[in-house]
Order: sequence, then C-alpha cells, then structure tokens
Amino acid sequence: MGKFILKRIFLETLPSLLVIITVTFFLIRLAPGGPFSSEKQISAEVLEQLNSHYGMDKPLFAQYFSYLLNICKGDFGPSFKYPGRTVTELISESFPVSLELGLYALIFAILTGILAGVVAALKPGSFMDYFTMSVSMAGICIPAFVLGPLLVLVFSLKFGWVNVSGWNTFSDRILPSITLGMMYVAYIARLTRGGMLETMVQDFIYTARSKGLSETAVIFKHALRGALLPVISFMGPAAAGMISGSFVVETIFSIPGLGRFFVTAAFNRDYTMILGTVIFYAIIIIIFNTLVDIIQTILNPRLRNY
Amino acid sequence: MSEKPQDIKAIPSGNSLWKEGMGRFMHNKLAIFGSVFLFILVLLCVLAPLIAPYSYETQNLSYGSEPPGSSHIMGTDPLGRDLFTRILYGGRVSFSVGLCATAVSVLVGVIWGSFAGWFGGKIDTIMMRMVDIAYAFPFTIFVIILMVFFERSMLLLFAAIGAVEWLTMARIVRAQVMSIKHQEFIDAARGLGLSTHRIIFRHILPNITGPVIIYSTLTIPAVMLLEAFLSFLGLGVQPPASSWGILIREGAETMEEYPWLLVFPGLALSLTLFSLNFIGDALRDALDPRSSRE
Repeated sequence: MGKFILKRIFLETLPSLLVIITVTFFLIRLAPGGPFSSEKQISAEVLEQLNSHYGMDKPLFAQYFSYLLNICKGDFGPSFKYPGRTVTELISESFPVSLELGLYALIFAILTGILAGVVAALKPGSFMDYFTMSVSMAGICIPAFVLGPLLVLVFSLKFGWVNVSGWNTFSDRILPSITLGMMYVAYIARLTRGGMLETMVQDFIYTARSKGLSETAVIFKHALRGALLPVISFMGPAAAGMISGSFVVETIFSIPGLGRFFVTAAFNRDYTMILGTVIFYAIIIIIFNTLVDIIQTILNPRLRNY
Repeated sequence: MSEKPQDIKAIPSGNSLWKEGMGRFMHNKLAIFGSVFLFILVLLCVLAPLIAPYSYETQNLSYGSEPPGSSHIMGTDPLGRDLFTRILYGGRVSFSVGLCATAVSVLVGVIWGSFAGWFGGKIDTIMMRMVDIAYAFPFTIFVIILMVFFERSMLLLFAAIGAVEWLTMARIVRAQVMSIKHQEFIDAARGLGLSTHRIIFRHILPNITGPVIIYSTLTIPAVMLLEAFLSFLGLGVQPPASSWGILIREGAETMEEYPWLLVFPGLALSLTLFSLNFIGDALRDALDPRSSRE
C-alpha cells in the first residue's frame, strides 16, 4: 500500500500539478490586461512601483521559477486585490466554511441518493422506479442557480421558515446544503440503481436469501456493498467539488466561503489568488481520487494485485 | 432447383441494430414526450421572428413588470419587454450554443480518442495522460479565466465549452476503438493497404457511431447548462443578445416582486434539460443492450 501511494504521488500527482500550475501561470500572464489595469488611471511611476513591489518587473520565466520555489515553501504570495493579505490566509479563512457546507450537502446527497436508488431498483420498470428516477433527474435538470432562488422564494419569502441568506444559525445551513447536494443526489441515485440491478441477480444474493435472511438484511448488508462500488468512484470528484465551494450557492446565500474566490479572482485578475485557488482545487481533487482508489481496493479484494 | 426464385419482399428482413433500437426507443414514453416537447420548443425558437407576439428589444415602460395575462402570456420584465418573446429568442442562443459546442467537443473527442486507441502504446499513454491531467484541472475556473481575460465572443464560448466537454468523449471513443481494432475486417482493410486515416475514418468510426450519438445527446444538456451558468455569471452571451441563463439571472434579481420572471425561464431551461436527458437515456437503453432496463 505504501509503495502504491508513493508511486501515485511521485509519478502521477506531482507531474499533473506541475502541468496545471504551468498552464494556468502562462495562460493568465500572457493574456491581455493585468491586476492594475482595471483601477482608476494610475501614473506610470505608481504602476512601476506596484510592479516592482509584486516582483512583476522581472522576466516572466524568473517569476515563474520563483513562484514555484515559493509554493514549495507553502507561500502562495500576496493577494493583488486584498492588500496586506496573503492568498494562504484568504484560503484558510474561507475554506472551513465551504468545507462545512460541503459536508452537509454530501450527507444529504448520499442518504437521499442511495435511498432513492435502492427504492427504484427493487422493482425495475415499476411506477416507483420511474417516479423516483424522474424526481432525482430533477437534480440534474434544475441547475443550482434556478433551484437556489426558487427555494428562497418558497421557504424564506413565502413561508418565512428560514433566513433568506447568511451563515449564522443552523437553519441557515439547510437551503444551501440542499441546493448544493441536489445535483449529486441524481447521479448517486442513478449509479446506485444501476449497481443494485446488477448485484441483485448474483449468486450470493440467492445464497443470502436462502439462508433465510430478511429482505432488508439482504439489501442493506449484502447487495448494497457491491452496488456501491460505482457510487464510490463517482464520489471522489463529487465530494471534492462539494467541499471546495460553489460560487453559485455561496453567492445566492451570501456565504463567506471559498467558492466565490474562484470567480472574483478571475474577474479581478488577481494572479496569485487565481493560481492559489486552482492549485488548491486540484490538490483536493487529486487527494479524493487517491482516497477513492484506496477505499475501492479495500472494498473489492479483486483489485488488490499490484 | 426448379423453383422460381422467391419474391425478394417475402424474405423476412433481419432487423438491424438500429431498427430494433428505434423500436425499443418508441416504447419509452418519457423519451417520446421529451422528443415531442423538444421538437415543438425548437420549432418555436427557430420561427421566433415570425411568430413572436412582440418585438424582441422594444421596451414599453408603461407596461413594465406586468404579471402573466391575456396580452402577455408570460408577463413582462421591468422594462416592459414581453417575456415569452425573450424566452424564444434566448432559446435560439441557448440551443445554438448547445449544438455548436457539442459539435466541437464531439469532433475533438472523437479524433483524440480514436487516434489514441488506434496507435496504442506510447502515443496512447501520452495522449490519455493528458486527458487525465485535464480531468484534475478545475475547468469551470479555466472557462471563467478564458472568458474574463479574452475578448468575449460566441466563438470563444463554443471553444471554451467544447474544450471542457471533450474529455469523456475521448475516453469512450478510445475504449471502443481498442475493442474493435483487432477484429478481422480491420486486418483485412490493413491487408488491402489502406492508409491509417482511411481505416480510422471509413472503417472504425462508422462502427462506433452508437456510443458517440448516445454520449452526444447527453453532452448537449451539459453544454447548455454550462452556457446558462456562464451567462448567469455575466460571462456568456453579451447583451442585447440574451439566453436563458441571462433571463434567469435577471429573474433571480427581482424574484421577490416578480416571481414569474424567474419561474418561466427556469422552466424553459429545466424542461429542455429533462427532455434531452430522457432522450439520451432512452437511446442508451435502446442501443446498448448491456445497460437496458430489465
């Protein structure tokens, strides 16, 4: 296992990260405009001073290598948009909020999705099957930027049950979590259903039944274990996406999370912040994909032959 | 041997995969409903200049923010523009982005995947390694960066969205090509001395149309969603052109007072996505026997 993880890190993870950093770095630096071009007219001297302060007067390749060197030390540089703040600070302040929201959304998505998938798979082709799958399809077809405002419209403005926006009480967490998790409910339900349909006809299910186990035990103790394998490989990138923050959800509900930086950093041409969020997101994705591979080898002994 | 040759029409014709597939497709009520709905909606959007009840840009402030009624079936926005008309015109943009960006992603994905699958070995490893790396790339951010930093145009929008969506297509096509490239008819084509290009384009690609079509129908809704998302951020289509994403954003801003401005564009987008997904699923069930419903 240790060898496997080391191999993953040195042969796959680090080269991927390097490519991502390089592409992003040169893409944003070679594009027209700069972090100071949107500000009010500034004189040539001020611009020169700003550039030298941020080290932007050096050749691009020198900047690239000093940036790489700094990342290795964990220093993502100062933010261009928030003077006096570093990218590391901004990310470490906002990430816990996104993480919390993402975890609620994850729990909601997993519970609802698996339940819907199991119910649908019990009687394929039945009304329950079509009904559950159509409802869960809604998660794919009603995008977050429609669902979020609609939920606010109904539950906050009409009924007044929860606040319109904010991130203070527990009830503030409900609507954003549902909005964020709904998209994943659909995929989890569909994957669970597919996995269940394949597993329920296998021999070990007949064995379990003939041992006299209750149907509930057959489904939840035996069938679901095998049926969840495709769900788990989907959950890697999905969980990474949920906890790293969603711009739409965080904007609709005014949540001080990481997601809004993905967009505002690009709008502000905040070079260091863009790179910081891109790298952070890529690292999360890679960590979760590796986790998924490890969990899968634990759940499925047939994969253990490296 | 003296029998007259049989009437050719009397021979029972073997059902082709496509014919059987279409039969199965026609049994799926949701897919039929989706196709009909989509057909009508696309027709309305295409014919918008002829049938739209009002002009697209005309503002009439004295009729601003009218709720749905007999003169404006979906109401008007705060500037007095007819919402139904705007949805039809927005649909033209949304559908064309959906089709064009999907075409870009299919083109890139099919070529990339088929070459990787055909050559195999080192070339395959390198090409698919690039796809793997691209998967770890935060692509939404990438598209946002592209749209913010460069001159915004429809062409860039197509390219940016197409660049996001081709990865899965490349993987599917590669797997398909790998599975058929060792079959006898390919050996025969090689034996005849056909060029690589000819073998790929004339012999391999026609045999993988099924999966490509299935995945394309599922790509269109994904692309339309991404376009709506970009327009929602203000990065997609630029005014005065409008798309459903823009209408949804405008609607969300004023939903407290004028909820219909959010509800109708949201419905248009969601029902379209529903239909496309139902059609895509039904095609997969119909054409891919392995994943069919029991």
